[in-house]
Amino acid sequence: MAIEKRRATADEAVAGIVDGATIMLSGFAGAGFSNQLVRALRDLGPRNLTLVVNSAAHRLANTHELIEAGMVAKIICSAARGHDKSGLSAFEQLYKAGKIELEVLPQGTFVESIRAGGAGIPAYFTPTGFGTDLATGKETRRFGERDYVLEQAIIGDAALIRADTADRWGNLTFRHAQQNFGPAMATAAKLTIAEVRAFSDTPIPPEQVQLSGVFVDRILVAGGSR
Amino acid sequence: MKPLNRLQMAWRAAQDIVDGTVVNLGLGMPVSVSDYVPHDFDVVVQSENGIIGVGPLASANAADADLVDAGSRRVTLRAGATIIDSAASFAMIRGGHIDVTILGAFEVAANGDLANWDNRIPDKGPLVGGAMDLAANAKSVWVLMEHNTRKGGPRLLEQCSLPLTAVRCVTRIYTDIAVLSVTPQGFLVHEILAGISREALQERTGAPLTFAPDCAVLVAPDIALPEA
Repeated sequence: MAIEKRRATADEAVAGIVDGATIMLSGFAGAGFSNQLVRALRDLGPRNLTLVVNSAAHRLANTHELIEAGMVAKIICSAARGHDKSGLSAFEQLYKAGKIELEVLPQGTFVESIRAGGAGIPAYFTPTGFGTDLATGKETRRFGERDYVLEQAIIGDAALIRADTADRWGNLTFRHAQQNFGPAMATAAKLTIAEVRAFSDTPIPPEQVQLSGVFVDRILVAGGSR
Repeated sequence: MKPLNRLQMAWRAAQDIVDGTVVNLGLGMPVSVSDYVPHDFDVVVQSENGIIGVGPLASANAADADLVDAGSRRVTLRAGATIIDSAASFAMIRGGHIDVTILGAFEVAANGDLANWDNRIPDKGPLVGGAMDLAANAKSVWVLMEHNTRKGGPRLLEQCSLPLTAVRCVTRIYTDIAVLSVTPQGFLVHEILAGISREALQERTGAPLTFAPDCAVLVAPDIALPEA
């Protein structure tokens, strides 16, 4: 049977995500947010989710819609601070009230844990964070002249990522800084759904593919500007 | 002479950037450093989100929402730029391929400990981003910060009071009134603003200072801050 990863609608693209799932969301600094998929996930409405997302409160991401809908039990991120200097973000309000669990990781550890998860590595030692509050309770070990912190891999039930172009095999290209966490998350989730600007009826030339379709399960062609 | 303003501090740090190096500039004051690097230098500005070779800010009509640096600024690319994903970007950082990172800070200790990520704002969520990776793993870590807090307290201390970003990492500090380095013997002063005595500088510092034999006067050209 021919491979065809395209789905007709955002609802079909996120179908099957259930309560208690760990969801990875790409995007950083304004680029690479899969906002149409995130909105469809909100409409689907699974509860008790763990989000793996770099920022809990980026102003250009739809992440806050999942939080405001009460669907999120825990967030693993590197940045949990809202942009609004006067008020608190949706996440911060719940965090202050003790209604959401938070795990903060250094950004390099955040993405390396995801990369490790996708590469079959259960844990690894990193020099980052040694001697800081973020290493509290974690095993440390000295290799040579340096001290390292043991960090565990992160895997997800689903990853919602954004890319530029896909073909029917799920091969992807990205524009500029759109990549960020997407490729690592795609490797580390059981179900990877990519929201793309455009679909290529012909195969993307192999040397131009930035993420192999092997890591991508579903495609939503969402349009958007180039 | 008046204390250096933020852009003059960035200018001063830029004077020490070496042609051909790879640098990462922290959010806030440090990103301005690239404006004062000589145009004929090949300095590769690395941004954590995977832009390797960040150029000047994009003009309004050239700005592209997908071409941003880690501070969400719409930027341009320098000749020779590449774009990689976050895992590769942090492999570059953690693997020791960044020559210099210039970071803002709240406090630096005499042993080089850095506190720059958590100033304990009540109710606000924590934000660490890439600071710990950069501080722990760049070959050199330079700090750009005011010498004293707004209340006049010292930021250069025997021991940091705020949560650490990384231990024993800072090598140089550029403040509004001095340039210092961190040595095994503690803070060593290389430049002081005219009109501030060694005793007065010591008074404004929370750890013992020693003075380099060639300790010089800290000078910077006039640079106006943009209208707020």
